[in-house]
Order: sequence, then C-alpha cells, then structure tokens
Amino acid sequence: MRHLHNIGLYFIMIKKMFHKPTKWSVMKQLILKDIEDLVINSLPIISFVSFCIGGVITIQTALNLTSPLTPKSLVGFATRESVILEFAPTIISIIMAGKIGSFITSSIGSMRVTEQIDALEVMGVNSLNYLILPKVIAMLFYPFLISVAMFLGIFGGLAACVYGGFSTINDFITGVQMDFIPFHMTYAFIKTFVFAFLLASIPSFHGYYMKGGALEVGKASTTAFVWTSVSIILINYILTQMLLS
Amino acid sequence: MIEIKNICKSFAETKVLKGISATFEKGKTSLIIGQSGSGKTVLLKCLLGLHNFNKGDIIYGNEKLNDLDENDKMTLKSKIGTVFQGSALFDSMSIEENVMLPLKMFTNYSNEEILDRANLVLKRVNLINVNKKMPSEASGGMQKRVAIARAIVNNPEYLFCDEPNSGLDPKTATLIDNLIKEITIESNIVTVINSHDMNSVMEIGDKIVFLEDGLKKWEGSKNNIFKTENKAVTDFVYSSPLYKKIRDSYNK
Repeated sequence: MRHLHNIGLYFIMIKKMFHKPTKWSVMKQLILKDIEDLVINSLPIISFVSFCIGGVITIQTALNLTSPLTPKSLVGFATRESVILEFAPTIISIIMAGKIGSFITSSIGSMRVTEQIDALEVMGVNSLNYLILPKVIAMLFYPFLISVAMFLGIFGGLAACVYGGFSTINDFITGVQMDFIPFHMTYAFIKTFVFAFLLASIPSFHGYYMKGGALEVGKASTTAFVWTSVSIILINYILTQMLLS
Repeated sequence: MIEIKNICKSFAETKVLKGISATFEKGKTSLIIGQSGSGKTVLLKCLLGLHNFNKGDIIYGNEKLNDLDENDKMTLKSKIGTVFQGSALFDSMSIEENVMLPLKMFTNYSNEEILDRANLVLKRVNLINVNKKMPSEASGGMQKRVAIARAIVNNPEYLFCDEPNSGLDPKTATLIDNLIKEITIESNIVTVINSHDMNSVMEIGDKIVFLEDGLKKWEGSKNNIFKTENKAVTDFVYSSPLYKKIRDSYNK
C-alpha cells in the first residue's frame, strides 16, 4: 500500500514540477549548474569505468573464443555489441544511480532537513519546479556521457586486445565495423533518455519527500539508489522487449 | 492585519491546535510564546501555508487564506518574509546571492538595481563586506541577520520569525530583537515571532499570545505580563527565581 502511495505521489510530483515556472533568467543558471554537477563532473568516473570494463569484456570474449575456426575479428564485434547494447546505456546508468542519484537525494534531502525547501515555498517559489526541473533538463545531456562511455569502452577493448596479444588492431577494427545495425544505436539512445529521466526524478523524489534528520538523508540516498537501479533494470527489460524482439 | 479564527489542526489522532483565535496588527511585534509542544511552530506553519489546517480561518488583510487557489497563495506568499529557526540560507549560494534571490524571482529589476537593493538591506542589518562569503563561513548571528535581510529585501507586508534568537549569545540576541522591532516600525509591517526567549518577550512584545496544549491561555502586552495572575503564564514566564524576583520588584 505504501509503495502504491509513493508511486502516485511520484507522478503528482512530476505533474507539479511543471506548474508555476521559475523565471528563465534564474532557471538558466540552475540548469547550467546542474549540467556541471551531474554531467561534466561525472566524466572522469565514466571514462575510467568504461575504459576498464571495455578491456575486461574484450579479454573475456577473446579467452572464450578458443576454436581456431572462429575469426579473430569476432572479438571486436562482440565488444561493440556488448558495449553499445548493454554496458554503456544500462550498466553505466546503474553506476550513475549511485553517483548522481545519491548526490541529488542528499542535496535535496539536506535542503528539506534545514528548512531550505520551506524557505522557497514561503517565498512563493514552486520548489519542485525550482529544484527538480533543472536536474531533469540537465540530464538531457546524459546521452553525451553515454556516447563517451561507448567510445572509451570500445577503445579500452581495442587496447586490451592489441596489448594482450589476442588479435591485431586491423582484426579488431574489422570486427567493430562488421554487420553494424544502426537501429542498435537508436535503441541504445532511447534507453539512455529514459534512464536519464529516471536518474533525475527518482532520487529527487526520495530527497524531496524525506522526513527526519541527517540519518534519514543517508537512508533516503540508499533507498533512492535501490529504486533507481530497480527501475532502470525493469524499464531496460520492457524497452528491449518492445524495441528489439 | 492578520486575523486567525478558531484554528484547529490535527496530525492523525493528535489534536495540536484546538481552536486558536488572535489578531496581529501592523507596526507591532506580536510574539507567540509557550512551552515546547504547545503548538507554536504548527500555528506558524499554518499561517505560512506550509500546513493545511482542519478548521477555522486565516485572513491576511482582506484575503482568506483557505479560499485562495494555489496561484493566489503563491502571490500572497511573495508578500511574506520569513526567518526560520535555523536561518535556512541556501548553502550553494553566497550571502549576496541569498539576499538577491527573492528579487530575481519576483521583480523585473536590472542586475544592478537588484545588487543595490541587496547591499542596502545588508547594510540595514549591519552586514558590510560579507557579500561573497558563503553561509557556512558566517557565524550564527551573521546567518540570522542574512536571513532577516533576505526576508525584508522584497518589502514584505508580513514578517514571520521562528525563534530568531535561538542559539545566540544574549548580546547578539538583543541586537536581533531590536533589529526586528526597528524594521517592523520603519516598514509598518505585521511581524509575528515564535519565541521561547523571555528577554525577547520583555523587550519587544507589543502583543504576546501564550499557548498551552494547543489552546490560547493568555493574551496581552509586555507590560501586562508583569501583572498577570494567570497561573499558566506565571508558571511559564517566571519559572526561574531570577524572573520571579524581577517581577516582584517591578510590581512593588
């Protein structure tokens, strides 16, 4: 029953987020700040994780392709498919649920605890519009992060493959270019946009409606991470079924 | 003027406010006093529209709060300045940006005009050369003064303060009290203060409303409070021997 109540409250929050818009001159500054906090500041961790995981995918694929009849280019092909279809959009989004999600929940939750949200409300500001909409708009730039993750994931795979001696650079690049289906990119970016919305809105919900003190801010961050991850995995399954099957 | 009529508020089965009526007038500092749990903060939050009350009326001038739609409530709120107990300054903004925010949100002034107005009110609360400091770099007293500056920057018609001098040393607390009193008279606004602090009661209480267990038990001014025989008030206000002595000598 509590979960149903929260789901209802979440959709009411989304609706109220568009009421009584904040002045554009103020909103613009908030969006730019959130782009920096949520997108630009996530670049280092995304680059590091993508490069390393791309390398691991390649090594594991290469070590499992033991038949001499299997073309060496298959390693590049498998790396590309894994990275574009699943690793970059989904796994990176789950990692970002930890980084971006906990940042959003704790920052909004702290504002709730210290009455900053009440202060906005009594000024006559729609606090949902002021606090959450800029984050949702900033996350429209999230596909840029996923593009970087795709590139670095494949590049990490190339580096691991060549320096690990699993195949030549030409074989790997041939594999990466083999049987490319452009719709897979469309699918990956549709998922990315949906995940970006979830990454901004679910942690915001948990921060905005939290009750209690500092301890509850920590609990809300954990709950937000769990629910964002669960939602991403569930939506990933539904979208894959709808778009690819 | 603000008029509250028979306000009742419950949380689940717990009745917190049990029919409170009072009026708060322009140019006067009205204090709501009472023990912890007496319903002061809930009453203030009802006045601010942060809590929906179950019964009664709150009337701002000619506008009945409970009859207003969301947009009209937002418009009314832009005429209200609030100082929260913990100051509630925005951590991510400098002191100057905190003070400028209401003007940026609700006026069409140029950036220069907004900055000039912010500097003027910061000067009014005796804060100079602190514009670029972050709230975390300011002392408790400074934070309270920034909160007052932010509350008055938009020339509000109503000023609400929730325990404005809690956690401050006596000297700074008196400064804050006097500042609020001066601003109330200068701008001829309705000021309502929630307080535990007996110094505030004696210094600036043009009107005092005493709450106990969700009911208004006494109403009067700082002069009346020395003479009242109301047991609930005397038990609360003169709970310390020092205040009892002060009262006795005042009455003699």
